[in-house]
Amino acid sequence: MILSRNVESPRERRSLRRRLHLWARESAKAIVPEHKSTELGKTNRWRASSLLVRLRPVAFIAVLLVVWQIAVNRHPEQLLPGPWGVVLGIGDLLRHGLLVKYVVASLFRVTWGFLLAAVIAIPLGLTIGWYRRAEMALNPLVQIFRPISPLAWIPIAILWYGVGDLAAIFLIFVGCFFPLLLTAMSAVHNVAPVYVNVGRNFGLSTPDFIYRVLYPAVAPQLITGSRITLGIAWLVVVAAEMIAVNSGLGFLIIDARNAGNRYDLVIAGMVVIGAIGFLLDLAMRSLERVKSFRWGYSEN
Amino acid sequence: MGTAASTTTASDVKLRVEHVGMVFDRDGKSVSVLEDINLDVRDGEFICLVGPSGCGKSTLLNVMGGFLSPTSGSVTIDREVVRGPDPRRILVFQERGVFPWLTVEGNIGFGLSKLSATERNERIAHYVQMVRLHGFEHSYPSDLSGGMKQRLQVARALAVNPDILYLDEPFGALDSITRLIMREELLRIWQTERRTIIFVTHDIDEAVQLADRVVVLSSRPAKIQDVLTIDIPQPRNISSARYLEHRDDLLKKIGLAYTV
Repeated sequence: MILSRNVESPRERRSLRRRLHLWARESAKAIVPEHKSTELGKTNRWRASSLLVRLRPVAFIAVLLVVWQIAVNRHPEQLLPGPWGVVLGIGDLLRHGLLVKYVVASLFRVTWGFLLAAVIAIPLGLTIGWYRRAEMALNPLVQIFRPISPLAWIPIAILWYGVGDLAAIFLIFVGCFFPLLLTAMSAVHNVAPVYVNVGRNFGLSTPDFIYRVLYPAVAPQLITGSRITLGIAWLVVVAAEMIAVNSGLGFLIIDARNAGNRYDLVIAGMVVIGAIGFLLDLAMRSLERVKSFRWGYSEN
Repeated sequence: MGTAASTTTASDVKLRVEHVGMVFDRDGKSVSVLEDINLDVRDGEFICLVGPSGCGKSTLLNVMGGFLSPTSGSVTIDREVVRGPDPRRILVFQERGVFPWLTVEGNIGFGLSKLSATERNERIAHYVQMVRLHGFEHSYPSDLSGGMKQRLQVARALAVNPDILYLDEPFGALDSITRLIMREELLRIWQTERRTIIFVTHDIDEAVQLADRVVVLSSRPAKIQDVLTIDIPQPRNISSARYLEHRDDLLKKIGLAYTV
């Protein structure tokens, strides 16, 4: 009895699937009348459908923009600009040379804050991770510092460095330091013991071992961690610029609001922040495709 | 007949294991894994270590390789006490032994950084040929099959010209057909290069097919239960009466190991 049911269940499932498939085909026919299916027609249709898949996100954004514009047009008393107003705002910023200046200022701070954190936190994290005792001693401290938002450091940043680039760089540094430290620590833990043993077996000196075994073994994880951390840095720079400096995209947003409720410039700033963040992530992600790193992102 | 091993003269002993014992500390309890292991291995000999799973075969291999220091006793190679891993003796692992961030060439050349570029390239080319990986020099391990990866690991080991090769169930993760091919390849390489080989396996056929002598370990704590000399010349006919006799003999020994 049980046996026969076991035999039947996949068949049942199959027939259900066939029915669903037929149903889908019928309903598709009802919507799109079927053309004579020649080979050419098939490839054309395939090409068209793949293009459609790729255009889908763009189309979705376009629909949202249209909805936004319509909503704004229907309520002209609102301060919020429509998408076209934002485009004009970006044009305004470009004409005054502010956009490029502010983007460069923000990227400058992110670069320095992030690089300083990477240069200090990654070697430190690798070392702490390698020596169990060091980790046992330092881990509680790291875990206490880690949940403190980088924004909580703003008063101290200004106390130590005054209002200026240094304070903003310090805040980004603090925001990046702990995620990178933890990434490096766990990357060392995850190195397969086999690699360490092979390295020992071939009689590598310590510098050789670090350069030829440890570094390549942790690189894929460090790249992933850096990618996430760079995202954090880009979040922090906006907040830092709202308080600690008077240039950059964060400053643009707060300044546009304070100086006459220019919400078109506020949203223009947000759009630029989003676009640059997206491009930064894209650049970091391209590192994951390098051949000698790629093994770290797939099974085997 | 099994104890014929101990009659080797001191002069041609390559590796000597003397009274080796190993006790691990696990959750505050001490677990004895190896107990009074004594073994002499001649230069160029092919030894298989067999025993029930988890008995400590790999531990013994790691002690011989210098990766673990024994709790008692010692391992000497050419009358020199083993104190750590050394490129003169290379361990081949069951899985994940090749570096996934290096190409086939990079892996084989891993231990050759002290050679000049031309010498290194010659050596790499030689071993690429030997393990039949030509055409894959620039491939990454992720593009190789399991058998090819193990051949690559053997090639990387041989490239540094070691006296001894330790193999820790090197074909254990491969399918049975690939495993047969790999045995043939290993024998071919062994016959041309004549290194001393210590080979850990749980596969009876593998042991009888490959080894000059098979060392049978008992279940934990592992002791040497028996040493069988397989005096059939290579290549061995695996359906010959003598082969089957040795095989049955070994099976009986292992069976005992399970029932004791």
